[in-house]
Formats: sequence, structure tokens, C-alpha cells
Amino acid sequence: MRMELIQPFINAADAVFAESLQAPTTIADLSMDENTYRRKGVAALIAIKGDIEGRVILDLAPEVAMKVASHLAGGPLPESEQTVRETVCELANMVIGNSVTLLNDQGFRFKVFPPEIHMSEEGLAGTVDTEAMVLCIETPCGEVFLNIAMHYLHRRRREQNAVPALD
Amino acid sequence: MQQFAALLRKDQQPVRYLVVDDSVFARKNLIKMIEQFGGEVAGEAGDGLTAIAEYNRAKPDIVLMDITMPQMEGIEAVERIVRQHPDARIVMVSSVGYQENILAALQKGAKHFVQKPVKPEVLYEILRYVLGDDPHAAGAPVALAGESLS
Repeated sequence: MRMELIQPFINAADAVFAESLQAPTTIADLSMDENTYRRKGVAALIAIKGDIEGRVILDLAPEVAMKVASHLAGGPLPESEQTVRETVCELANMVIGNSVTLLNDQGFRFKVFPPEIHMSEEGLAGTVDTEAMVLCIETPCGEVFLNIAMHYLHRRRREQNAVPALD
Repeated sequence: MQQFAALLRKDQQPVRYLVVDDSVFARKNLIKMIEQFGGEVAGEAGDGLTAIAEYNRAKPDIVLMDITMPQMEGIEAVERIVRQHPDARIVMVSSVGYQENILAALQKGAKHFVQKPVKPEVLYEILRYVLGDDPHAAGAPVALAGESLS
């Protein structure tokens, strides 16, 4: 796990929530996780492919998403699945947009795929990245979880080349 | 909530905005700020193609344009709008703020760029600046951006 690739996402997430909610946030429970990700609420999964590859999952409870949406709208909003999806999606876009800005300006070139929203009981599909950084951001609206797995492409290619052919 | 002096046209009418973003959530957030600035929403669009049609229909004073959108991205929409309307005032609003994107948008005719999450006081200052060369704009408002008038 390369912290120089992870740090921009942590910084961006912290800044996006602090600025959006106009309130201090705290990063808590930073840990490494090698298990398949277990969704806690509504999750947005964003895949990244290019010089660096991996995926980022932003995960928050529907009640937290509604609180954030109401805060940004300037008043209470009627609870709906559509609002929750929109909120999680836009928050994920902002976090990813801010972090890829930093990485792109460092010279990395990569493609960011649109967020996939997961809110059914089926859970998230596994990815090739088993080792991920997991953290919780405590905000005035509630907890937001971030799960980041990122690596350099050349490292992944070396790993793949090291695997002997099966046939 | 912060209060801002109204940004008005020279004819004392509210500045009319076209808000372009594929996220309804993001549009609502921008519209809330526009209302704080005393503006009026002339139209909304969720992609670049609709933005061009809406621009031609509504002839807004300012366009707030996202970059990453389905069908047609914001930078291409800027190019097409400015080709037809060289005086168009378009401010890019995107979470992706790397230099290539900003330069591309400015080269195609956008007037400014603001990164999401948008801070009202930052957007207000940018709108003041962009409206500054507008013969219809009312000129400098009475309060600085972010300064509470309450």
C-alpha cells in the first residue's frame, strides 16, 4: 500500500466534508483491511485505471446522507432513495475530483470511472485489491467511511508477470 | 447563513443564470447560492447538449457549467456556445480542477473556474469579477464577499 497514493484521497475527503458542512471533521479508526469490503450504508464505488489503479469506496448511512443533503439545501428535505443516491454520488464525485486533481498535477495520468452506487442487500463485489486503507470521518451529520485500494500500474504488471502460466 | 449584497444587472433586474450539472443535488446547491446572491434561474440542464439548447432559449447572463457530464461534456459545450455567442459568460464549476482541464476550458472561452465543493463567498467573488466587464451589470456591490450584512 503506497501512502503517497492514499493520502490525497484522505485529505480530499476530509476537506470536502469540512467545507461542505462548514464544520470541523475528525479522521478516526484508520486501519488496513484485507477482507472483502462490507458495506455499512449506501456506498459509491469509483474505479481508477491508468498510471495508478484501484478503487475508492465512499460509504454512509442513508440518514447521514439525508442530513448532508438537507444541510446543503439550506433546509430539511423529504427523505427519498433518489436524494440519498444523488447525495452519495455527488459527495463521491467531489472527493475523487479533488484528489485526482492533486495526483494529476503530480504527473499521473489515469481515467476515473463514474461512481457505481450500491444500496441493495447484495453488497459490493470483490476487487483484485484485497489490501485497503479503511477510515472513518466523523462529521456533524454522522460517520462517513472511506475504503481506498490504490497501486502503481507497473507494480501490478510486475506482479502479474511473476505469476506462472497455467497451461 | 451568510448574506450577500444582490448582484444586479445595470437595469436593476436580477442576473439570470443557466445552471448546468448532471447532478440534481449539485444544481440545487448552486441554485441556493444564486438565490442568496439575488439572482434568478433562467434554466437548468443536465448535459452539454441540453445546455446549448437552453442557452439559445433563455439567453442567460451567466452560465455555471460542470465539466464531466453525459452526452456532451462541459468543455465542448462551452466551445459551441461561445462560437455562437462570443459574449457568453461561462464559469466552469467542477470537482476536477487540474491544470489541463482549467486551461482547456479557458481556451474554449470560459471566463473562470471554481472547484467543488463550492464556497458561496468564492463563487460570489468570481461572479462579481465576471460581471465586471458586463455593460448590463450594476457594478460593484456594497459589501465584500463573505461579509455578513445581518
